[in-house]
Amino acid sequence: MSGTVCPECDAALEIPADVMENELIACLDCGSELEIIALDPLQLELAPEVEEDWGE
Amino acid sequence: MIRVGIVGGSGFTGGELLRLLLYHPDVEVVQVSSRSQARRPMHHVHPNLRGHSRLQFIAPDALQPCDLLFLALPHGAAAREIERYALLAPAIIDLSADFRLNDAASWQHWYGEAHAAPDWMPRFVYGLPEYQREQVRGASCVSGVGCNATAINLALMPLVRAGWIERAAIELKVGSSEGGNRATAGSHHPLRSGAVRTYSAAGHRHMAEVRLVLGEDLPLHFSVTAIEMVRGVHLLAHCDLRQARDEREIWRLYRAACEGEPFLRLVRSKTGLHRVPEPRVVAGTNYCDLGFELDSDGRHLVVMAALDNLGKGAAGSAVQCMNLMVGLEETTGLTFPGLYP
Repeated sequence: MSGTVCPECDAALEIPADVMENELIACLDCGSELEIIALDPLQLELAPEVEEDWGE
Repeated sequence: MIRVGIVGGSGFTGGELLRLLLYHPDVEVVQVSSRSQARRPMHHVHPNLRGHSRLQFIAPDALQPCDLLFLALPHGAAAREIERYALLAPAIIDLSADFRLNDAASWQHWYGEAHAAPDWMPRFVYGLPEYQREQVRGASCVSGVGCNATAINLALMPLVRAGWIERAAIELKVGSSEGGNRATAGSHHPLRSGAVRTYSAAGHRHMAEVRLVLGEDLPLHFSVTAIEMVRGVHLLAHCDLRQARDEREIWRLYRAACEGEPFLRLVRSKTGLHRVPEPRVVAGTNYCDLGFELDSDGRHLVVMAALDNLGKGAAGSAVQCMNLMVGLEETTGLTFPGLYP
């Protein structure tokens, strides 16, 4: 496990040690899908959202 | 076991208190009074409690001494007989508005009549644990809270305590059970069903409690609209912040406010159907869900909240206060997670 924070809501994230590049993880606080874009050093960013009609 | 009595147990709030207390592991409900339902079984007016207790309503003058009395009476009635109730129990929780304020003139202004027991007003602690937990813990007399005021107070307290908020305009959508169990022309089904009825666009009496908790100086307005819902309060607060903030600052502020608070939950999800607080999700529970949306300018913040007016807005908060008053775990008897869907 390694620690970082969610780029969306600043929640502490525990990243599994065996995580892979391009893997998607979810933030437990805000529900954002985050993509691992680099492992060394660890970098992640918001994954592209699937377009949907929520709220219509 | 704490031997508890309920005075005025035939209303909606009394029924909710009974539902919670009958399954509280440290409480025995020993008496429930009702002037209108004396000698009738509780399930006569609270059908969900059929088979859960053999208690019958008793007349108010038949009340006996016990450890703690909940007063679930119409506004004004508790104050008129508070001396008698105080002789019956060393601890009192009054769910009406009679002892929420600490000033008789203010009470008269908001409730339209002189207070019947002004000397008792300073003896009561306003029963919102998230506002003043330690005062509730040591109190023998605690007041209940107004449901609409509680939604506003819990939603905005983090911003007020941080000094971030400049002003707020709030819209509350509420369910019909706020009106109590007495039928009126306005509650007649053909007229009430499907209604979207703003019954207090300005000057709602709960403003007094909001001022008590959030302070006199914050420019704040709220309106209340009854909608097609039985239980629930839904709050939207349009807040102007003193300076622009980014979303992560708001997250940190509200996350800190909810930490350690067993009945506050931060609901702001980027995914799924339930991304913001909804009254339906908290119906029957003691939770108040909080959420927000920050406008692109960083200064217009929309805060959202949802609670059950009979739960966190009345009976649930009262039981939470009882737990604190008698030294129990604050969440005892209050962990029901609600129904879904």
